[in-house]
Amino acid sequence: MRLDGKGLIDRDTPVRFHFDGKAYEGFKGDTVASALLANGVKLMGRSFKYHRPRGVMTAGSEEPNALIQVGAGDAMLPNVRATMQEIFTGLETRSQNRLGPLDRDLMSVNDLLWPWLGAGFYYKTFMWPRAFWEKVYEPTIRRAAGLGRMTKGAPPDDSERAFAFCDVLVIGGGPAGLMAALTAARSGADVILLEDSADLGGRLLSDGEDIDGVPGSIWVQEIRDALEETGRVRIMTRTTATGVYDGLTFGAVERVGSHQSHIEDLPQECFWRIQAGQAVLAAGALERPIAFPMNDRPGIMLASAIRTYVNRYGVTPGENVTLFTTNDEAHKTALELVDAGIKATVLDSRPGVSPRGDYRVIDGAQVIGTKGRRALTGITYRTASGTHDLETDCLGMSGGWNPSVHLICHLGARPVWNDAIHAFVPAENAVKGLHIAGACTGAFSTADALAQGVEAASTALKTLGKRLRKPDIPKASDEAGTTSALWSVEGKGRAWLDFANDVTTKDVRQSAREGFKSVEHMKRYTTQGMAPDQGKSSNIGALAVLADATGRGIPETGTTTYRPPFTPVALGTMAAGAQGKGFAPERLTTSHKAVTARGAPMIEAGLWYRPSYLPAPGESHWRQSCDREVNMVRNAVGVVDVSTLGKIEIMGKDARAFLDFLYTNMFSTLKPGRVRYGLMLREDGHVMDDGTTACLGENHYVMTTTTAAAGQVMAHMEFVSQVLRPDWDVRFVSVTEQWAQFSVAGPRARDLLNGVLNDPISDETFPFMQCGTARIHGIDGRLFRISFSGEHAYEVAVPSTYGDALYRDLVARAEALGGGGYGMEALNVLRIEKGFITHSEIHGRVTAFDTGMQGMLSKKKDFIGKAAATRPGLLEEDRERLIGLRPVGAVKELTAGAHLFEQDAEATRVNDLGYITSVGYSPTLGHFIGLGFLRGGPSRIGHHMKMVDHLRGVTAEVEICDPVFFDPEGGRARG
Amino acid sequence: MQIPCPLCGNRDLREFSIRGHALGAKRPEGETWSADWDDFIHNRDNPAGRTEELWFHGGGCSAWLIVDRDTVTHEVFGAKLASEGGQ
Amino acid sequence: MANLTAKTAFDGLLPIAKGDVTLSEITFDAITWVAPYQGKAAAVSKALDKQIAAVFPDPNRTTGSGDARAVWTGPGQAFVLGKPLKPITGAAMADQTSAWAACALEGDHAAEVLARLVPIDLRDDTFAVGHAARTVLGHMNCVLMRTGAARYEIMVFRSMASTCAHEIARAMRMVVARADA
Repeated sequence: MRLDGKGLIDRDTPVRFHFDGKAYEGFKGDTVASALLANGVKLMGRSFKYHRPRGVMTAGSEEPNALIQVGAGDAMLPNVRATMQEIFTGLETRSQNRLGPLDRDLMSVNDLLWPWLGAGFYYKTFMWPRAFWEKVYEPTIRRAAGLGRMTKGAPPDDSERAFAFCDVLVIGGGPAGLMAALTAARSGADVILLEDSADLGGRLLSDGEDIDGVPGSIWVQEIRDALEETGRVRIMTRTTATGVYDGLTFGAVERVGSHQSHIEDLPQECFWRIQAGQAVLAAGALERPIAFPMNDRPGIMLASAIRTYVNRYGVTPGENVTLFTTNDEAHKTALELVDAGIKATVLDSRPGVSPRGDYRVIDGAQVIGTKGRRALTGITYRTASGTHDLETDCLGMSGGWNPSVHLICHLGARPVWNDAIHAFVPAENAVKGLHIAGACTGAFSTADALAQGVEAASTALKTLGKRLRKPDIPKASDEAGTTSALWSVEGKGRAWLDFANDVTTKDVRQSAREGFKSVEHMKRYTTQGMAPDQGKSSNIGALAVLADATGRGIPETGTTTYRPPFTPVALGTMAAGAQGKGFAPERLTTSHKAVTARGAPMIEAGLWYRPSYLPAPGESHWRQSCDREVNMVRNAVGVVDVSTLGKIEIMGKDARAFLDFLYTNMFSTLKPGRVRYGLMLREDGHVMDDGTTACLGENHYVMTTTTAAAGQVMAHMEFVSQVLRPDWDVRFVSVTEQWAQFSVAGPRARDLLNGVLNDPISDETFPFMQCGTARIHGIDGRLFRISFSGEHAYEVAVPSTYGDALYRDLVARAEALGGGGYGMEALNVLRIEKGFITHSEIHGRVTAFDTGMQGMLSKKKDFIGKAAATRPGLLEEDRERLIGLRPVGAVKELTAGAHLFEQDAEATRVNDLGYITSVGYSPTLGHFIGLGFLRGGPSRIGHHMKMVDHLRGVTAEVEICDPVFFDPEGGRARG
Repeated sequence: MQIPCPLCGNRDLREFSIRGHALGAKRPEGETWSADWDDFIHNRDNPAGRTEELWFHGGGCSAWLIVDRDTVTHEVFGAKLASEGGQ
Repeated sequence: MANLTAKTAFDGLLPIAKGDVTLSEITFDAITWVAPYQGKAAAVSKALDKQIAAVFPDPNRTTGSGDARAVWTGPGQAFVLGKPLKPITGAAMADQTSAWAACALEGDHAAEVLARLVPIDLRDDTFAVGHAARTVLGHMNCVLMRTGAARYEIMVFRSMASTCAHEIARAMRMVVARADA
């Protein structure tokens, strides 16, 4: 029911929204919870296990009951707290966790079965018969369980991520946080102030307290103006600090568009990573419920939440309100209700407590039962004089307050028990640089909050070396209230601790009885605190019950571990921008447009995109294109973009020594104008990478790496240069992106090139493994006579600016000579035919010896990996060593990843003798060929073996052969 | 977490990658396999507490650093250029 | 002989504008990598000053102005942007003119756009005009320069030009929508 003259929301702006398909009206500033309460809707959801009817319990982010689905289609979000979701025109919300309508949930049959559904029910019940688990139990449980519903499609990628930096981060916009922010800003610090809800003020907006003689909400506005005046404070409302990470890095989620009607391009949420110089935590405290019998009916909520609904939203959740309390807090609520003209009765568990205003107090009372199926209608309570019934439509409960210690514990600290307030408080210096203030320290008066805010900021500013300018501390109430410990009330019926996960005091006691006495075991056995609210209002109560059941004190029982996030964060928000094109950078070559225009399917090589093959008209299968392209290179000329290979230019007087040290073979003897193939090892003696290095001039080289290992090799070279050989005078830089480089391969390669070179070449002027500068269509470029196909071939490079033009020109000329462009599939077949290795072979576990390149391990010099490469185990004949394979039986196909066995051996792990790394159909030879590693490989050449691919279900008889299938003498490349 | 690159200043962890203990910078002498080499390649202490590690500022200036930090608290005490021997 | 047509890195993807923020391509006559050899830093700086009236930059800084600037790119390394360099004795040099996609992000909300993608502190005190940084833009290595109160220049690998434009455009749309909302 709305209250006249109450509330801080905009009563002039009505807002229509939908809940479970029905339209409701609230006002701008309402949450779904406050607007529904205003409309008399108390039933907002169903509980997780028993499907009990539930209403809203809190007015904040700790809400365990009123979890709703928001939005429609793939954008629908489950488990949104109705207490946090602001209403706006067009907002669609639904209750969740029900089968059928909310007020007649078919799953509520579970509630009748409750005696059998206690803690450990699943573990004990679904054991037998074994086959039932997958077929019956799991699908049934999956349908019944879960909070909310997932969407099937990917959600829209409509959030963002951002970084922020500040001198002082203040978490919490209540009295302590406001004073901390003001102190820091006035002292010249850059401040970010985070506030979870839509407005600054914290409890000041709820409690109807005066500060400096003005109402709290007015004072908050004055401070807000003062903060803005400094020009140093970034006030971020609707922003929840979700995690504390190493070195004062904080995670925070800002609700940017999710509280308002759709605006084009406006992010729904923003995931902030905030780097703070110092930080102040003023997160306040959370009121805790009391576990009395049947304490979960709609209409039963926290006493402080009632104050919030009355004072902040102008709504009363009931017309005849009862309050059950262990402390002074609920009396504040009673006064506020009386002020609003609502009848209030306080049941205080403490004897001898008298009213502070015009309401009735029943002292020494405990609630032992409640009535009302879909909403509370009455309660039963017990006093010294006996048991009594009381009609009521709303029951507020207060079991005291728990300081919000969560964030202070995110880096592993444990909170400390404080007997005076019966609660855990943060340990001192739990997070270096994070200072605490206000109710989260366990100091509950407003005066303390204001003073501690200034104090915490002062400590932070001192650390930062800022000159302190403290504001005056305003006058406010210093009443902190007293509380007594009452965790649970005995009686008939279940007493809920964790409302969200349906955990009762009985479950916790049973857990202790069955041996799960550690708080971490109890948590997992009962699921206490494992719901979206992470037990914010229930964990302490549960461990008090556990402590009682195990005869220990609460401090000895301890708490479970607090981890980020503080409140649930949508994965889509944390991963904002990372769908589709945002997932990883796409590296495109200069020939990208030309090959995609020809319909080439692209494959990824690291971050690069390269053409798989270039389909010709009439080709319907990739093999047709691939075979044609291979034949083209073998018989005419082919062109392929090889710019993706790493290119590193190396200079300096120690460049030769550097290369000798990086490569296993000798480079100091390489003459200007010549190219040499080199092998690089890791320090552990295994192959890191291979490639060619060209000597462009005196002390001037350009190294090529494989596409996949370019980054790794560059980091390795930086390591060698900076860490191992800092005295060497060598400089190097990646020129991968500078040069568009194309391989021109085939018998007609030189014919083609001489059409584009300003100065034509011949075998004499440009023999195999020659390199040099060249003018290509008048552009200064580079030419290398190297071959990865075994054919007479060149690589020609021009600045990337001209890459697109040169590629198109080269392909057109190749086509005129009976050739054309080719892709990765053909490139792969061509190199397998020649037995050239790639990272399919040098996959990190092979040595030079394994690849048959032990001859490249120079004995004349030291090199990276030399000592390790000589270990006897790396030189054993029986190691898995490189071989070639071809099918010789009825099955003509080879598959990469298949394993090799003796023909009469069973295809099991113990008989495994090797594996296949690369395969391809060789149109040149007319059959499949493959490369692989085989125990004692070279000694088995000529043997017939069994290839088994368990994954694809292929078995074939293969002959082991030399890895070089084509032109073993290499005459074609030289000629 | 931030690492104070001696050249770039405080930078976010995402710009760096780790390569283990700073011992990795102390390559043994000798071209044949030895106990020193075995130690260098395979054996590292796993200290719970303050230690020196090699980090690469690959998302920044490409400097190799020796970072002084605590593996328990994750507090970073400082970083030096490995090219200057971590001095 | 055919005439090879030159293409810029962004090849028509830019400029784009959203609200007060614009992203436009920059082309330099030359980008030259300069790395003085051991003991040659002072001499190379002097030679550089002679050629382009800008000394070798300190870490995280740029020197020079207009069509001849130098930007620090790593330990003992800088790029000279603009004027092509003649060889300098005592320095390793390499042409990088075609290797980078360079763009300028301008507007009152430019810093906010960058804050979506770049994990460094962009506040005026720590990243002032004339400052530069080697950092990442999303997952891309970049050279970032502040060339005006509300103007930044960004260089990424040429092959990543389209991803760079895509990422910045997305951030621009969301930042401007926020400012308008």
